[in-house]
Amino acid sequence: MTNREKYIKCFTDALEVPAEGVEKLEYQGVESWDSVGHMSLIAALEDSFDIQMDTDDIVDLSSFAKGIEILKKYGVEI
Amino acid sequence: MTNDDLFSINPFSLNRAEKALVLTRKLMELTLFHRERCEIYKNVTDALGFDPESVSAPEDFPFLPVRMFKNHELLSVPRDQIFKTMTSSGTTGQRVSKIFVDRQTGMEQQKALIRIMSDFVGKKRLPMLIIDSPEVIKNRNMFSARGAAILGLRMLATEAVYALTPNMELDLDLTRDFLARHNEGPFLCFGFTFMVWHHLYEYLKERGLTLDLSRAHLITGGGWKKLVSLNISGEEFRQALNTTCGITSFVDHYGMVEQTGCVYAQCPCGHLHASIFSDILIRRPGDFSLCDKGEEGIIQVVSVLPHSYPGHSLLTEDMGILLGEDDCPCGRMGKYFKVTGRLKSAELRGCSDTYAAKF
Repeated sequence: MTNREKYIKCFTDALEVPAEGVEKLEYQGVESWDSVGHMSLIAALEDSFDIQMDTDDIVDLSSFAKGIEILKKYGVEI
Repeated sequence: MTNDDLFSINPFSLNRAEKALVLTRKLMELTLFHRERCEIYKNVTDALGFDPESVSAPEDFPFLPVRMFKNHELLSVPRDQIFKTMTSSGTTGQRVSKIFVDRQTGMEQQKALIRIMSDFVGKKRLPMLIIDSPEVIKNRNMFSARGAAILGLRMLATEAVYALTPNMELDLDLTRDFLARHNEGPFLCFGFTFMVWHHLYEYLKERGLTLDLSRAHLITGGGWKKLVSLNISGEEFRQALNTTCGITSFVDHYGMVEQTGCVYAQCPCGHLHASIFSDILIRRPGDFSLCDKGEEGIIQVVSVLPHSYPGHSLLTEDMGILLGEDDCPCGRMGKYFKVTGRLKSAELRGCSDTYAAKF
């Protein structure tokens, strides 16, 4: 699986959303991406890419696009 | 300085003059915004004689009594932009406050909470043992203040384990398993004061048990009234938890659902600190003039975050004393204070206290 496929799978699994339109997702934009869903998403990302994110980055990860930017800091290119 | 700028600096780095400047400008923006968007707020501030020209400092802005959120639905954005309605913790028979939160306000509240708390427990995420039952966060759309506080702090943690069963009994196996898995390095333990006292300390004491929580930062919140009524002081609380669980790091905090995120955490000197996102003012009950340092009065809170509801300047029903500003030995800038109790006629309403009313 490519990093992008893995990244998309984190969103579809953690937030229980279809892959279609996943690029447009924003925090609180769909019902399942609330603070509970957010922590499931963070756990999925940390597991898939074997990283541990700082609290500031967790709070800042407010959209699909923003997440790609943040993961770069951890040496993960999507 | 915009809110984004505030999020990029240390949350306790502005001195009195710098903070007054930022607060005055932000509070003016918010007061004008809410006057334009919320009719009730406009009417109230008109009645209070609000005049933008006569405002030159944070203490000059009008303030709403927190009780107004019980009797009125106050919001300043279209209802379809509200994604979360938070309710205050009220005991049965009390009317609850309803706070309408949109995406921007919710995110900023979450950010502020994390920035403030990580200044006290460190930036590194740690495992967290929560002295509550998972039941409290079951309804994801209608959060109680208790659930919101837990979920807010959850972001500080790598994993969270709820130590109480749905029947609110300490799950010893689960707790021991958590401790065994994290037998090196620090971890976080969070609970409301009364629950930590009753469901952790008293539970262990009655059974002659101890648990080694010596590597924990114990974060507490939610009010002291119930413990005060049982004649248990903060000092006795810390002593008891130290004896049964070996805890030495205590971070209590003061906050309210009307200004979620802008919490006031207690430093090792025992002082509650105001961050750059909010401030406290202490007022005399008679004429609402400002109290001097060391003089007890009613706590007013101002915050730069409330955007979806007019909650940026509120008179609480708590009493407190301003202890100082910019000169706490812990090194944090800003005001520090203590909470001394509730206004006499006020209802019981801290998260810990409303739960405790059942006992």
